[in-house]
Amino acid sequence: MDNMIKVGMADLNICVTPDAITTLGLGSCVGIVLYDPRKKIAGLVHVMLPDSTKIINNENKAKFADTGIDLLIKKMCDIGANSNSLIAKIAGGAQMFAFGSNSEMMRIGERNVEATKIKLKQLGIRIMAEDTGANYGRTIEFYPETGELHIKSVGKERKIL
Amino acid sequence: MVSHINLNQIDNMQFDVLREIGNIGAGNATTALSQMINSKIDMKVPKVDLLEFKELSDIVGGAENIVVGILFTLEGQIDGMMMFMMDLSAARHLVNLLMGTTTDSQTTDFSDMELSALNEIGNIIAGAYLSSLSSLTNMLITSSVPYMSIDMSGAILSVPAIEFGKIGDKALLIETEFGDDIKAVNGYFILIPTLESYGAILSSLGL
Repeated sequence: MDNMIKVGMADLNICVTPDAITTLGLGSCVGIVLYDPRKKIAGLVHVMLPDSTKIINNENKAKFADTGIDLLIKKMCDIGANSNSLIAKIAGGAQMFAFGSNSEMMRIGERNVEATKIKLKQLGIRIMAEDTGANYGRTIEFYPETGELHIKSVGKERKIL
Repeated sequence: MVSHINLNQIDNMQFDVLREIGNIGAGNATTALSQMINSKIDMKVPKVDLLEFKELSDIVGGAENIVVGILFTLEGQIDGMMMFMMDLSAARHLVNLLMGTTTDSQTTDFSDMELSALNEIGNIIAGAYLSSLSSLTNMLITSSVPYMSIDMSGAILSVPAIEFGKIGDKALLIETEFGDDIKAVNGYFILIPTLESYGAILSSLGL
């Protein structure tokens, strides 16, 4: 591996082997990795909200599951990925605080995951692996060389998907 | 008439008001904390920043730094949430002060008793902060019980960041440094009124 490309909150980036790509401390946000296994091109978007059409101020496309995935695919195709051979791995969407109520604000992690799955299904992109929900944060690293997604959490063993 | 606010294009006047609310709230919170542990606590002038989401977690020692977040939901005339956050060694120091213990500051495990003490610290701090906001704006604000989480700062911050994300691309963070003679402790307040409540706060202050 050469460089580790960092993706922030409401941000996206792409990477080509031998580089790798990471996003740190995913909470209720969802990290979506798209991967073209033949070209070994990967992209990662760190989305905060499910649906751009529900929000007035939606200029930052990487903030939303729907527009974030579209933009990521476009960027990947621009450098030679084939949109028909993309697969996905997703992580995050935790509920960080143990609220008793089922209000909208509290279920945001779950709704981010739902919206991500719906969007990927519409685009015909298969989810090969996921580690979502529960109540803890995750740091994820994706290695296009092997196609492995590494997940680190506080006080837990590193998971490889 | 409710004034409109866009956190992406906030004017100096609005920023000053929000900063002043932060100052007064943090001052009251420090006084309350000082009374609770019965020792003198100094506070520096809080730093108020409007940050992009990308920068948010870098402020608190990096997205993977383990922190304690105590979150409250707000109801009444101001809706939204507020969070008080501090790093692990700060939390340990406050618990030691409160309980008269001397546990090493790097110990990550808190006993049930210590967790409950932390919740209480959160309660006092948030209560003082909110009551000053309430008297300043002359609005009724009630808060929920405290919800606590100990995890990576990025993950904890995602919860208020998402709420900010609904109204703009920036988050308002108030950093206060307070401490006794032995150790300075950094605490972070994040107040996230809903968009309507932002307007209501500013209108109540004549803006």
